[in-house]
Amino acid sequence: MDLVSYEDALASYDPVMGLEVHVELGTNTKMFCGCATTFGAEPNSQVCPTCLGLPGSLPVVNATAVESAVRIGLALNCEIAEWCRFARKNYFYPDMPKNFQTSQYDEPIAFNGYLDVEVDGETFRVEIERAHMEEDTGKSTHVGGATGRIHGADHSLLDYNRAGIPLIEIVTKPIEGAGERAPEVAKAYVAELRELIRALGVSEARMELGQMRCDANVSLRPIGREKYGTRSETKNVNSLRSVERAVRFEIQRHATVLKEGGTIVQETRHFHEDDGTTTAGRVKEEAEDYRYFPEPDLVPVAPSRDWVEELRGTLPELPRVRRRRVQADWGLSDHEMQSVLNAGAIDLILETIDAGAPADAARKWWMGELSRRANEDGVELSALAITPTEVARVSALVVEGSLNDKLARQVIEGVLGGEGDPDTVVEKRGLRIVSDEGALGTAVDEAIAANPGVADKIRDGKVAAAGALVGAVMKATRGQADAARVKDLILEKLGAQG
Amino acid sequence: MSDLTRLTAAETAEAVASGKTSAVEVAEAHLARIDAVDEKVHAFLHVDREGALTAARAVDDKRAKGETLGPLAGVPLALKDVFTTRGIPTTVGSKILEGWIPPYDATLTRRLKEAGVVILGKTNMDEFAMGSSTENSAYGPTGNPWDLTRIPGGSGGGSSAALASYQAPLAIGTDTGGSIRQPAAVTGTVGVKPTYGAVSRYGLVAFSSSLDQGGPCARTVLDAALLHEVIAGHDALDSTSIDAPVPAVVEAAKLGNVKGMRIGVVKEFSGEGYQPGVEQRFREAVELLRELGAEVVEISCPSFTYALPAYYLIAPSEASSNLARFDAMRYGLRVGDDATHSAEEVTALTRAAGFGPEVKRRIMLGTYALSSGYYDAYYGQAQKVRTLITQDFARAFDQVDVLVSPTTPTTAFPIGERADDPMAMYLADLCTIPSNLAGNAAMSLPCGLAPEDGLPVGLQIIAPTMADDRLYRVGSAVEAAFTARWGHPLLEEAPSL
Repeated sequence: MDLVSYEDALASYDPVMGLEVHVELGTNTKMFCGCATTFGAEPNSQVCPTCLGLPGSLPVVNATAVESAVRIGLALNCEIAEWCRFARKNYFYPDMPKNFQTSQYDEPIAFNGYLDVEVDGETFRVEIERAHMEEDTGKSTHVGGATGRIHGADHSLLDYNRAGIPLIEIVTKPIEGAGERAPEVAKAYVAELRELIRALGVSEARMELGQMRCDANVSLRPIGREKYGTRSETKNVNSLRSVERAVRFEIQRHATVLKEGGTIVQETRHFHEDDGTTTAGRVKEEAEDYRYFPEPDLVPVAPSRDWVEELRGTLPELPRVRRRRVQADWGLSDHEMQSVLNAGAIDLILETIDAGAPADAARKWWMGELSRRANEDGVELSALAITPTEVARVSALVVEGSLNDKLARQVIEGVLGGEGDPDTVVEKRGLRIVSDEGALGTAVDEAIAANPGVADKIRDGKVAAAGALVGAVMKATRGQADAARVKDLILEKLGAQG
Repeated sequence: MSDLTRLTAAETAEAVASGKTSAVEVAEAHLARIDAVDEKVHAFLHVDREGALTAARAVDDKRAKGETLGPLAGVPLALKDVFTTRGIPTTVGSKILEGWIPPYDATLTRRLKEAGVVILGKTNMDEFAMGSSTENSAYGPTGNPWDLTRIPGGSGGGSSAALASYQAPLAIGTDTGGSIRQPAAVTGTVGVKPTYGAVSRYGLVAFSSSLDQGGPCARTVLDAALLHEVIAGHDALDSTSIDAPVPAVVEAAKLGNVKGMRIGVVKEFSGEGYQPGVEQRFREAVELLRELGAEVVEISCPSFTYALPAYYLIAPSEASSNLARFDAMRYGLRVGDDATHSAEEVTALTRAAGFGPEVKRRIMLGTYALSSGYYDAYYGQAQKVRTLITQDFARAFDQVDVLVSPTTPTTAFPIGERADDPMAMYLADLCTIPSNLAGNAAMSLPCGLAPEDGLPVGLQIIAPTMADDRLYRVGSAVEAAFTARWGHPLLEEAPSL
């Protein structure tokens, strides 16, 4: 079917969104037992009777996870429940050890908040319905069959290491009034939430590792109508770009169905990264009834007001506030600032500055050479094998004149290649600038002798021609000379003024 | 020494500690008794001969080295097959867990082992503790030692029968709606449901989490108290475990004095449905309490009338969720895994084959009661009744120190009599259920034989939450007075097997 264009869809319909984001907390142990949470461990090596749901086992709430939940709630401007309970969400699935998920239902730990996000310099307030605590399920790998899903698979492998990892689910209220910017608002919201989670230090929130996952609900209603249309829920959209694309696609798909006189089916959908489309999940014959009821194996969680206020005092500067401050401090345009944010470089740059580098140098390295390298390797900046302290050291070597830019890039290459810290790489590769005046003088003399024509032009006052001789000297010294000093020497020897 | 199986737990522990006998001799005597009579009684699902003798040897070694022994060191015990035992099968009376060997010990199991208690094996029970007769066990019924054609109570019929047939001086039960007290009543033994949260549920295979409570079973009140002190106490692995000192139950059992106590007779637990002989023996027990110096008053707890229906909504609701984990994916029975069935079908086939009819009935009841649209009318309403019952107890305990009632409306009924009539079966727990809903402590102990059938009648004593010591204080006084009147413990009137 031909999709209605995005512009046409928006001309007739007003999109409404609801975003549900799951964040895996970075606690050392699981939500209800003492098992480790190390990512990538041997399958089923981080399990115990409780997270395997063995008969007789019981849960005990992880206090750190509750603390993280309260801090997230506070950072999202939520009210914190004085008393709340866990609830069981009952449904059968092979990777659910107990065939119920211990979650929260009508008594979430945090509720009624908001998060302000910026799209094209304008602030958009996303209202938060609730943030609640729950546990993750195990992980199924379906082997054989075309789709990688359970239906049609020959067999399935179950890894319960993830079962019981603490999750916080953050649910927005219906997001209305975003209009044509709905996909950008969705992306900006998830991006802002990710920054916030990272700033709180409660999770690395790396979407590519599934530490943060977004379900996007989209519905359309004819412009001017109040009643919401039927929604679709696109599950597990796992990058910022995908959030934007999935919402955009669903808006167009809904508009297409509606335009052709069809009706939208309330269903879950899967997003495909390759072509940016969604397809319907399995249609359920009957409505899911989770039979929620209060978890009788746990006692209520009752965060004291004193403790909540104490936690409020631990909140970091909010990312949005910090961005404004940083942008002003660094004197960046909105566009430049956006590049920094898109690259996920703001923390790295700040840490590099904290380690002693000038702000512009720190930004230049991370946004230039290092971004290029990260792009080449297809990884995030933070995944590069170089620390802000090391970048600051390279910068210091440039400032003190021991390295020029070209040499500095070689040092960085060495550090990324695992050759050691910047000083070790400088030492091993012999990358210090040649500052020995005698050696430089000889190289300059040789360059002048080899290029008499150029030398004459310079003697006649064509100072710009000196570039060719500088290049020759740099080549002869394998780049290890201070180009500015070389130029001075050439002009001096040829009696010209720079 | 003479027959070691006839000693009380306190006497056995003393004999081991003083060297009059050894723990190994005691264990061997009980294992021999099991060999001799359990074919007829069927109290045990699994006898752990090796484990029992190893544990007994460890106690003897400890004594030989001059180390101090705990108050129950070397005393044999029959453990209800609902608590996990590392390396020893745990079936919960169900086919669905046949062959499962738990990789971990329940907290209660660990405490028993640490105390030097010798676990003889695992006892029969109604499947998943759902029943009042042990007829719902997937492994066949247990006989009542007073009359092997009759039920030994349930769900903990294996434990009560083991005590009454001298196969063990101590046993463990769990009480969700009366599964410790009702078996004790119909076998002439002592059973205590401690305050909810007093004994850790970690490793207790759940039936109904908010009601289940492990507790001691014995032939004397003092023995029950000694066991109570070993198994009770805070456990960080059970969030509902009470973090407070265990009431001084042994001291109370030794005191055994009701002089000056105010005792309330629950008005609602009499009349229609109560066997005349049960009511007669109960009235005599009340009279005895008066003679012993207690002040007896009648107390009305009107909400107790609704306890049974509320229980049969709450317990099945929780069970429907607790039993969802038996899906053939990780342990236990697995049916249909032949490459032609999907995972969902394997789960369905396994549950169809592995659960018995009563368990299925309760899963369906609970699933229905929790369904959207019915939740408020059923589960929600039942929780409100629960609150009212708790308030009735609170009002009653403002006026009296303990309440008393018959433990069960009738004596042991014949095996098969109520098997096809769930409602009749459910009535066996009429008097015991309110304490599960409110979470307070209660005990059953013998108060004589019903004249019409010569079978034991149980007296129930009910105490407020965390006042478990009052049960022992009153129970011990009643036991001493009755024993003096009868000239011997009631159980000696049971036929020898």
